[in-house]
Amino acid sequence: MSDQSLFSIFFSAMVVNNFTLAMFLGLCPFMGVSARVETGLRMGLANIFVLVLTAISAWFLNTYILEQAPYLRIISFIIVIASLVQIVEMAVKKLSPVLFRQLGIFLPLMTTNCAILGLAIFQTNRGYGFLQGVTFAVGAGLGLTLALVLMASIRESVEFSDVPGIAKGTGLVLIIAGTLSMAFMGFAGLL
Amino acid sequence: MRTTTPTHDFVRGIWKENPVLVQMLGLCPALAVTNSVANALAMSGATFFVMSCSSVLISTCKRFIPHEVRISAYILVIATFVTLADMLLQAYAPVQHKELGAFIALIVVNCMILGRQESFSSKNNPFRSLLDAVGTGIGFTIALVMMGGFREILGTGSFLGVSLFGPNFEPWVIMVLPAGGFLTLGFILLAMGVFEQRKEAKDEQVTEVLS
Repeated sequence: MSDQSLFSIFFSAMVVNNFTLAMFLGLCPFMGVSARVETGLRMGLANIFVLVLTAISAWFLNTYILEQAPYLRIISFIIVIASLVQIVEMAVKKLSPVLFRQLGIFLPLMTTNCAILGLAIFQTNRGYGFLQGVTFAVGAGLGLTLALVLMASIRESVEFSDVPGIAKGTGLVLIIAGTLSMAFMGFAGLL
Repeated sequence: MRTTTPTHDFVRGIWKENPVLVQMLGLCPALAVTNSVANALAMSGATFFVMSCSSVLISTCKRFIPHEVRISAYILVIATFVTLADMLLQAYAPVQHKELGAFIALIVVNCMILGRQESFSSKNNPFRSLLDAVGTGIGFTIALVMMGGFREILGTGSFLGVSLFGPNFEPWVIMVLPAGGFLTLGFILLAMGVFEQRKEAKDEQVTEVLS
């Protein structure tokens, strides 16, 4: 059991070790749905939801089931995540068809979003308890949302500027991400 | 239905449809573990193993996998081989295993591997799937080692741990930090954009001369 304080876990997951900008987790949605602030924000919120659910189920699996069979960890985590994403997908489709259309392929792709499996694995490796795990998930989700929204707002303003032809597309997005990541390095050493 | 030759299956993934540099798949490991060449090699080795084994297995069993649950079935096969790779690395390369940490488990969610199963292995025979997986694996290795090389040479002044520039070299620490990963891949893509543009310009000239 880790004895880190909840605040430090939360803050560290959100800004100091931001999942996207410092640990390169969840890059696919970061590149894919960061063209509009609105969509980015919603994707981030959907992510928080799935992350928290994952943290709870990962804790449950770790405490009650995987003690006897640690080698099944990767397999069981991925099954749980796949079914969770399926449930969230159905819920979103029912509750908000507009959001469902906007997120498009990136909603089912959340199964293969490294941020989600990454959260479960990191939580296990660091030996977080239940509360710590949930705090970690909320912090990481907020960090993802923050990165997505920042990126989307930069991209919205870049859209109207005159960039050289070769830099249009992914190259430019990566350079912007690099600059953002540099800005987040300013938080290093805070905790 | 079959339009490609086995050679084409093999060569395609290496450069023309390079998974990382052209298709932008598998970015998470490509950026996260390329702060040194040794890590990049260990990561590509593990990915290579997982991809070849799961390609062969899936193309062999494709008749028994129901269409509706194929994605989950693929993920399960991949997760099994990742667990194997994790244990093998832990046994034979403990240093790299420690450095890569959680990113070995994250091979499961590498979109490149799932993409190859869905778009190739589920439709072709084991031999061709193996060729395709090996080709894509080589392409992945090239991209990772290229990034690892740039980042290690500029960030620490060494290559595979061998010092290159002597003690007076001031390392660009930013290159081994996370920001350097984004910047390196960004600049590689920009350079590739320049080459594309030149090639297009040349092709246009040729067509003008011909016409």
